[in-house]
Amino acid sequence: MAKEKSLYLKRNDGRKFDEVRPITAKVGIVPSADGSASFETGGTKAIAVVRGPRTLHPQHKQDPRTGILRVSYGMMPFSVTDRIRPGPNRRSEEISKVSEWALNSVVDLSEFPNTVVDVFIQIPQADAGTRVAGINAAAIALAHAGIPMKEMVSAIGVGKIDKTLVVDLDKYEDSDFHDGEGSTDIPVVITSRTKKIALLQLDGKISVPELKEAIELAKKTCEEILKVQMKALKEANRSEGKKK
Amino acid sequence: MLKDYRFSRKETMSKDTRQMVIPGEVIIKGNEYLPGEGAYRDGEEVVAGRYGIANIVEKHVRVIPVSGAYYPRRGNTIIGTIADITFNGWLIDFGGAQNAFLPVAEVPRYINRNELREFLDFGEAVVVKVWDVKSRGIDASMKMRGFGKIEGGMIINVNPYKVPRIIGKEGSMVKMIKDATGCDITVGQNGKVWISGKSIDKEVATKEIVEFIVDNSTIAGLTEEVEKFIKKKGLSFNKVEIIEENTDEDKE
Repeated sequence: MAKEKSLYLKRNDGRKFDEVRPITAKVGIVPSADGSASFETGGTKAIAVVRGPRTLHPQHKQDPRTGILRVSYGMMPFSVTDRIRPGPNRRSEEISKVSEWALNSVVDLSEFPNTVVDVFIQIPQADAGTRVAGINAAAIALAHAGIPMKEMVSAIGVGKIDKTLVVDLDKYEDSDFHDGEGSTDIPVVITSRTKKIALLQLDGKISVPELKEAIELAKKTCEEILKVQMKALKEANRSEGKKK
Repeated sequence: MLKDYRFSRKETMSKDTRQMVIPGEVIIKGNEYLPGEGAYRDGEEVVAGRYGIANIVEKHVRVIPVSGAYYPRRGNTIIGTIADITFNGWLIDFGGAQNAFLPVAEVPRYINRNELREFLDFGEAVVVKVWDVKSRGIDASMKMRGFGKIEGGMIINVNPYKVPRIIGKEGSMVKMIKDATGCDITVGQNGKVWISGKSIDKEVATKEIVEFIVDNSTIAGLTEEVEKFIKKKGLSFNKVEIIEENTDEDKE
């Protein structure tokens, strides 16, 4: 059977299929926090603030063996064209939880029993891929807060638009493309050193060989993202040095 | 033979490196290196376990933190407030992950064990020394000169990683500020600075000088810049007044 031609041959914004939107990352955007960072890909902006380790209250939630990581994700009311009702909802609770799991695979809080490290992720502007942008920002902010981590994590959304595999979906590709097989969106989080998968979600339909290919694509792209994260962290103190 | 040994030691010393590393980054390869604080070994490689400056001295590899929350170390001077009173001491909140414990026995005066609040009550500020840091808690002591209860003045918060700059080489910076303003300054390694002087104006001036040091901590020739800043400030507080006050102190 000959392979059918995909209906998605050219990307909406003229990017190559394996090209990410322009990325910028900044460290130390909230001086009063223990660690903070912003991460932007195209129209998606995420900020992450880390506070702690500090004593966890209520006391019955404390773990005497290790510190606890607590992640809270939220979209700002003005982040999309329709207003988002502020406060936690089903979607934000889920993203908070999966981000927590992804980040928990690299942080090591055993030095700080009975404490909590709070990570606050906020999305001031959304154009798809907010959870991966949030995780990227949170990883930088955690490092900036001096939290012991085995390694970093980098995240990217890969997907399948009709039959074409693409990297870093935008709003149109993620939710407005309905032709043919429609769009599948796969957020992937890869650890920086061991290259393990820290998070894999899938929304849509995809075959096993295609999924494997998509993960390989994600691994390749995460290298690029790690470079940006690394650059932001390494230049954080240098730019402070230039300040007069 | 001795000479040879010293020569080889110098050789390795000259290889000291200082580079920024991120978690998971390989600092150095080789089985002979020993991972210290903030570093771990993975096979042949010594890897950074946190963000900071990688420091290799001889064969000892560690990562010195440059940002984040303050972690106490043995021997640190810290400033905090009384958060809780237990049956045999006080818990001090100093802005760290855990509270420090100050036992009654570590206070250099007689304390009535039934009336701990008479010496230190909730919310009162103290300067203490970190006596021991264990994973289960931090013990503090007051049994040395310069430590005790804080009365009067003000406490300001600064970035704990800038504290060495406020103190200066062998306390030179602190001495300079003390001489210029006549205020007493106690710098806690946890980033809390206690300023106590004869008037609010002087305390505020001191606070501004300390904040100037923190904001400009990375510029070259910091001491000269601070001197200039103090001279600029000198317009606002009268130097004659300081001399007068000094003589007052002599009379006392």
